[in-house]
Amino acid sequence: MAQTAQRTQAQKYVGGGVLRKEDPELVTGQATYTDDITLPGMLWVMFVRSPFAHAKINSIDLAAAKRKPGVVAAFSGTELAADFGDGLPCAWPVTEDIKMPRHPPLATDVVRYAGEPVAVVIAESRGQAKDASEAVEVDYDALDAVVDLEQASADGATLVHDEFDSNNSYTWTLATGEVDKIFSEAPVIVKERYLQPRLIPNAIEPRGVVVQPVPAQDEYTMWSATQVPHVLKTMLALVLGFHESKLRVIAPEVGGGFGSKLQVYNEEVVVLALAKRTGRSLKWVEERSENYLATHHGRGQIQDIELAAEEDGKLLAVRAKITADMGAYMRLVTPGIPLLGGFLYSGVYDAKAYSFECTGVFTNLPPTDAYRGAGRPEATYAIERAMDALARRVNKDPAQVRRLNFIAPFDEPFESAAGLQIDSGNYSVSLDKALETIGYDKLRAEQEQRRQSTDRMQIGIGISTYIEMCGLAPSQVLASLRYAAGGWEAATIRCHPTGKVTVVTGTSPHGQGHETSWSQIVADELGVSFDDVEVLHGDTAVSPLGMDSYGSRSLSVGGVAVHYAAQKVLAKAKKITAHEFEASEEDIEFRDGKMQVKGAPDKAKSVPEIAFSAWTAHNLPEGMEPGLEENYVFDPPNFTFPSGAHVCAVEIDTESGQTYVREYVAVDDCGTVINPIIVEGQVHGGIAQGIAEAQYEEAVFDENGTLLTSNMGYYRIPSAAELPSFTTDRTTTPSTTNPLGVKGVGEAGTIAAPPAFINSVIDALAPFGVTHIDKPATPERIWTAINDAKGDE
Amino acid sequence: MIPSAFEYEVASSVGETIDMLGRYDDAKILAGGHSLLPLMKLRLAQPSALIDIGRISDLSYVRDAGEEVAIGAGTCHEDVHFDSLLTEHCPIVAHTAGEVGDPQVRHRGTIGGSLCHADPAADLPTVLRTLDAQLVIEGPDGQRMVAAADFFKSLFETDLGPHEVLTEIRVRKLKGAGWSYQKFHPRAQDWAVVGVAVVERDGGAAVGLTSMGETPLRATGVEEALASGEQPADAARRATEGTSPPSDPLGSGEYRKAMVVVFTQRALEEALSR
Amino acid sequence: MGAVRTILESHKRWVFRSLDERKERPLTRISMTVNGVEREAEVEPRQLLVYFLREQLGLTGTNVGCDTTSCGACTVHLDGKSVKSCTVLAVQADRGDVKTIESLQQDGEMHPLQKAFHEKHALQCGYCTPGMIMAALGLIESGAELSEGDIRLGLEGNLCRCTGYHNIVEAIKQAAGDMRQPAGA
Repeated sequence: MAQTAQRTQAQKYVGGGVLRKEDPELVTGQATYTDDITLPGMLWVMFVRSPFAHAKINSIDLAAAKRKPGVVAAFSGTELAADFGDGLPCAWPVTEDIKMPRHPPLATDVVRYAGEPVAVVIAESRGQAKDASEAVEVDYDALDAVVDLEQASADGATLVHDEFDSNNSYTWTLATGEVDKIFSEAPVIVKERYLQPRLIPNAIEPRGVVVQPVPAQDEYTMWSATQVPHVLKTMLALVLGFHESKLRVIAPEVGGGFGSKLQVYNEEVVVLALAKRTGRSLKWVEERSENYLATHHGRGQIQDIELAAEEDGKLLAVRAKITADMGAYMRLVTPGIPLLGGFLYSGVYDAKAYSFECTGVFTNLPPTDAYRGAGRPEATYAIERAMDALARRVNKDPAQVRRLNFIAPFDEPFESAAGLQIDSGNYSVSLDKALETIGYDKLRAEQEQRRQSTDRMQIGIGISTYIEMCGLAPSQVLASLRYAAGGWEAATIRCHPTGKVTVVTGTSPHGQGHETSWSQIVADELGVSFDDVEVLHGDTAVSPLGMDSYGSRSLSVGGVAVHYAAQKVLAKAKKITAHEFEASEEDIEFRDGKMQVKGAPDKAKSVPEIAFSAWTAHNLPEGMEPGLEENYVFDPPNFTFPSGAHVCAVEIDTESGQTYVREYVAVDDCGTVINPIIVEGQVHGGIAQGIAEAQYEEAVFDENGTLLTSNMGYYRIPSAAELPSFTTDRTTTPSTTNPLGVKGVGEAGTIAAPPAFINSVIDALAPFGVTHIDKPATPERIWTAINDAKGDE
Repeated sequence: MIPSAFEYEVASSVGETIDMLGRYDDAKILAGGHSLLPLMKLRLAQPSALIDIGRISDLSYVRDAGEEVAIGAGTCHEDVHFDSLLTEHCPIVAHTAGEVGDPQVRHRGTIGGSLCHADPAADLPTVLRTLDAQLVIEGPDGQRMVAAADFFKSLFETDLGPHEVLTEIRVRKLKGAGWSYQKFHPRAQDWAVVGVAVVERDGGAAVGLTSMGETPLRATGVEEALASGEQPADAARRATEGTSPPSDPLGSGEYRKAMVVVFTQRALEEALSR
Repeated sequence: MGAVRTILESHKRWVFRSLDERKERPLTRISMTVNGVEREAEVEPRQLLVYFLREQLGLTGTNVGCDTTSCGACTVHLDGKSVKSCTVLAVQADRGDVKTIESLQQDGEMHPLQKAFHEKHALQCGYCTPGMIMAALGLIESGAELSEGDIRLGLEGNLCRCTGYHNIVEAIKQAAGDMRQPAGA
């Protein structure tokens, strides 16, 4: 398995900066997003949501709403409850004894977070639906809401679900080596507590759902702004009891996801159920302020991390204990998100022992789930900040402590402290490169000068070296983690008699450029033109088999499936060629884009020519099926392990706390690069999102569970004006997990950037004695940290 | 996202506006709409009628009025920002108009709209209060002048009667006096955590504060300290006197009180060095 | 909405009294030039310009990303200036001249900004792109200085979640160079 692809074919496209074929329709405004779809006779759906984080529903009066102009129907959650089977699905019961409440798409008797939908109206226009939704009268009895994570987890807390005796849903543990013994004997112990605030994903396209029914046939087509049309279709069929073949799910152009569209949402289930009830085409489009409550949040953890080390800073063991905020319900993969980081709290460092424990806790807040990086940014943040704390403790430069502890370069699988079989790695190379690029020594000198002159503007430098696990995921590993589905991906390659090639992929891009990258792979492997390859995706009628896009999996699983399908096409093409030239298969080689008889270049045929032969079927080997089309479903044998080093330099106005990112250097290793332009774009966006998380963003609730950062005005997403340009570079250590040598890059920036930024802030404030600051390091937090440190002196 | 329904009337003159306002209980004037429409889209404001004064071209001007510059209330921020008269005679107004919102907002939002909305986090009200601007108001009983100091009553409340229209803002020419507007906002698009306006005058400076209370404020303590000859760094310490800043996701009241001192000092230093 | 209302009340923002049952309102007739074509329509006064363009005229290139005038995805030009079409009523644009992303391509040839966004990989999901391009067009047409800092500040009203803005800034630099080159040069 672990072999690099045999390349008899010159690579024209792979590795080159091919411009994206997706772009023309996007830059001209011709692309079709969900909200661009209008159907004849279509009606508008609007949800009525609870203003309370926890309340008993006494009654819902729809009469006034039904009298509003244009209203066609209105339903309470109770009226529709029978349509929803077992409720919304959670596919990841991480332990045998996990507490897993029923999750109704519309609440019936109790609401458990502000924003939970309780009723729904259908009207002829967007505005009329909105008017009617405001006329629905709901009588609530407010209950105590449990908002604070530690309070929720404590004995005697108000229960989010009173059928359970505690808000603690599960505790999941992993331990290797003699952790307790090492900690009891180690000369240096670093003990830190970090907070991971909740984040609101904010894909710029809000969600939306359009459903077109054919009532007489009981058939439905759904367009949804989703990352996971395949998963969604299967789950909708399960929840509503539909025949899977009667349901077609289309993810049209999708305007970003970042994990937030990896979900089976209340609105998708309800709108589909309503289309069945009414027989009408229906549309729901999320308003942004609604999105802040209705779409799942990310992160939300308290992290207690301890390092055991020698006096010189040599790491011995890592112990991490996580309290993770589930929110009010378990969504599709809510419980498993923190576990995706559970293997990475020792980072790129060689430790002898490791333990990880995570407790998932219910609160009266919107459910959490995947957000760019999903578990891995949290882990990387904890270990990278703890390594800086260790450096301070042993009085060494943070770069030096990291070098001391890096896993030594390896190209045979290495078993990490947490038990991962890491494919390959060389971690000091990327750190050296990053430090050299940013001019580390010079920056340190300038920093010293500013400190000496007690300049108002102080400089800080922060380092983050990371490893992540991508390529979700080997199905058997998922089974051992109690995940309810597989981690494979499907591809079909269809060679048309006209010479054109169609690639059907089970991945579902929403900005990642799969059409371009998959075309590059196939064009090179089959020796056809890039422009002759068309990639189809995101429609369950076109690509019936798929596991969709998330977790930096698309290339390292879906792209590899495309590669294998191409290899199958070539194998068949070789048989046809051998037959036509009356040669043995062993005498045929694929060379310069053609199948040819070895040593007889005049006896050669291109794949398009062979495709034509396969279509006419006039002269095929005995028993061969006509046509040149192959499927492949790839189940990865292992994860892939991208890694890298990021260095951030900030300047801080120490009077106000205002912080400016002055320079940012990223050196990433995502294995073999198919398209460097796309890879760089992913890194840029990831870094920006990571800095945003570290500097600006936080979902803030009051003690009643009311979201204070309730719209885009208050939840602070940085614009171009707040960010610098980034310097990106790469090292290339091909993955041995797959024949393309690819690893994945979609989340790297978001994983590496938060600790790089926070470490730089703490570094800048070192002269004041500051050793800790929480995310997001807002000007006020920085100002407070300086004042508190001054007060401690 | 969709506002509640409302009656809509287009006024062609100030007089007609006043008549139209008289016909409704809770009509609102629509100029650029960049304070009002965002609230209506969230249904936090549901006026029964909008009187659109955006087409009264007579309300959009900047003209020389002797010792003063007169600005039509319907002049958009962009035009105020780039106006040559203001740049010459009252640069703090031109400068601050360029600090409002973002380019798209400045193309639509108007100086009069910003004043009448009376958000204490807005920049122009503070600057105009600092300049002791005179506001020209027309109503059923004719025209009256109100000092900016008397115009802002409390949070989102002004001296404007229900049937009155703000038509003009008059600011005195600075004649080379030093000035500064320090807007402290972590993101360019953010409202001011605090803002400080300073305009040099005989024996000191006028100092105004943004986001430090229910209305734009004057830092009279600072002004007194300067008048009595204190240095900017010392005078700035009195910037918190009489303030009651809000606590919100942009910053706590305590933080705002600390920042207003920092930025008052910076504004004073900049103004007095200009 | 309850949450929004609570926070704003806690800040003592004013809330108008809610009105009773409303009857259907008469429509208002408007006309405007959109992408060089005269358009006439009847609209509800509360119809936002962006929905007029998208739903009544079928110009779905202009997108909606927020409800607070924050994200800029809906940026179009009204009478030669960039505006957020989610915060302009269609009736306010009556007799106006509107230009949307659909007007930039001429004779099948991409506009220099569209070309630059493609060549510099200044878009990923593409949702913010039409608004970003229209904001950038306004910036370039304003004739202002366009250093990197000027471009970044000039885009303060447009949010992108995919690109980190790095390549957007590069694209605008390139397009500004192309567009400002004297004719024939």
